[in-house]
Amino acid sequence: MIELTCIECPNGCAMTVDNSENEIKVTGNRCKRGVSFAVSELTNPMRTICSTVKTAFDFCPVLPVRVSGEIPKDKIFEVMAVINKTTVKNKVRRGDIIIPDVLNLGVDIIATSDILST
Amino acid sequence: MSSEPNRANIKKSYYDVIVIGGGPAGLAAAIEADKNGASVLLVEREQRLGGILKQCIHDGFGLVRFKEKLSGPEYAERFTDMLKDTDVEITVLTFVTAAHRTSSGFDITLVSRDGVCTVSSKSLILATGCRERTAKQVFIHGTRPSGIFTAGTAQNFTNILGQLPCKKCVILGSGDIGLIMARRLTLEGAEVIGVYEAKPTPSGLTRNIHQCLHDFGIPLYLSKTVTRVFGSDRLTAVEISSVDKNMTPIPGTEEKIECDGLILSVGLIPENELAEDLGVEIDPKTKGPLCDENLMTSVPGIFSCGNALHVNDLVDYVSESGETAGKAAALYSQKNYAYAAVNANSDISYVVPEKITLDGMDKDVIFYFRSREIMNACTLTVKAGDKELLKKKYAFLRPPEMERLKIRFSADDLKDIGEIEFLLEGEKV
Repeated sequence: MIELTCIECPNGCAMTVDNSENEIKVTGNRCKRGVSFAVSELTNPMRTICSTVKTAFDFCPVLPVRVSGEIPKDKIFEVMAVINKTTVKNKVRRGDIIIPDVLNLGVDIIATSDILST
Repeated sequence: MSSEPNRANIKKSYYDVIVIGGGPAGLAAAIEADKNGASVLLVEREQRLGGILKQCIHDGFGLVRFKEKLSGPEYAERFTDMLKDTDVEITVLTFVTAAHRTSSGFDITLVSRDGVCTVSSKSLILATGCRERTAKQVFIHGTRPSGIFTAGTAQNFTNILGQLPCKKCVILGSGDIGLIMARRLTLEGAEVIGVYEAKPTPSGLTRNIHQCLHDFGIPLYLSKTVTRVFGSDRLTAVEISSVDKNMTPIPGTEEKIECDGLILSVGLIPENELAEDLGVEIDPKTKGPLCDENLMTSVPGIFSCGNALHVNDLVDYVSESGETAGKAAALYSQKNYAYAAVNANSDISYVVPEKITLDGMDKDVIFYFRSREIMNACTLTVKAGDKELLKKKYAFLRPPEMERLKIRFSADDLKDIGEIEFLLEGEKV
């Protein structure tokens, strides 16, 4: 039996996960996203990360970015290292890809603000 | 500099609605007031609209409204994009220095780089947000070295200025921004020694404790606080003590922890200096204006929304309250109505709004409330006079997690009643 807090939404359901038999049984979740979160958490935990990248512009030294989809939890610091080596030199827009297919994980690092372009 | 104020951004001397504050509440309020036919002026003191969301680069915003996990800037820019399709006039880098009531509305004095000017309005929306409690407000004694920041200041350094505020830090208080900053600083290579909370239960959302602390192996210590700081130019260490039930430090439990940063996440207080100047009555429970279901304050024509009204944990509800206030401010006409007070029993820490207009109309009213303590298996009953309007069961309620309810009132429900009652019953943990 494992106690888990679901992080899918602000409800933060306190869940109990029983994986003693072949099947993963989840209780305490208020919606089905809790089940998929619990299964993923026990097999291959995934997270999203948000950070900033350096820019070449004085008026805005850093640009906020995030991953376009979830990445394995154990890759967080490797992805951060790539983000921290990057400098944005163009006036990109919100949603523009800053780093494509980061570490071949199948997700991009995207800009989350229009600050450089407006 | 000419003595005549340059009115480039402020084209008129009168607006139906003036919105003060361009964060999520003010943005939603301005858009909704425009939609309802009002001429609107939006006043923002910073250079860019978006309020605190500009520096909240983490995701999780907009799950209720957009069914997406957006970052703060993305959420804010969805609204600034919508604002482009309205006739709302915007003045940034503009501060309100005075506000007065007049026979027909309000006179607002503004100062910007263009000078000083006064504009009038029929109604006024205060979307001034909240402010962080500081080190002095939680009585941290000792020397005054650099390295002591509120979580919001540390967030501004990290996410806007691109400067890491410290290398090895202690976080005092388990509010959400403190938890978010624990993760953020860790991601950027700083060491977070631990989060210390004086209360016996955490203040932030449970999911943030999980994804910001547990994920990174950052310990959370309850019933402990910072009792002293050390260092002359720069912070060198803090003293941590255990506290008793009354949050008084217990002698003999002191430990000294070396660090170059102390980050405070010890509560948010609605910002209502301007409201108080205008004679708006403040609810001591929420520390925001006492409002009716249209979010009109005790002063007719003045509306309040967002974190100035009460501190929210989800921006989606901040926007929702902005829309309620924006619509009502646009449609405001100087009519006088009687009110029914909204009262709650002692297991509820507050309910917003605090009163309902007896205007003889059928209506949906959105209520926000928090329990005072952690409660399991509880039941909320809402009554108008003798009539039961709603009975709802909750598996649990936690004070950090605000609850929202929509209740339908018929014209009959609101006849001749003195009060609306919120009664919460259940087992306390």
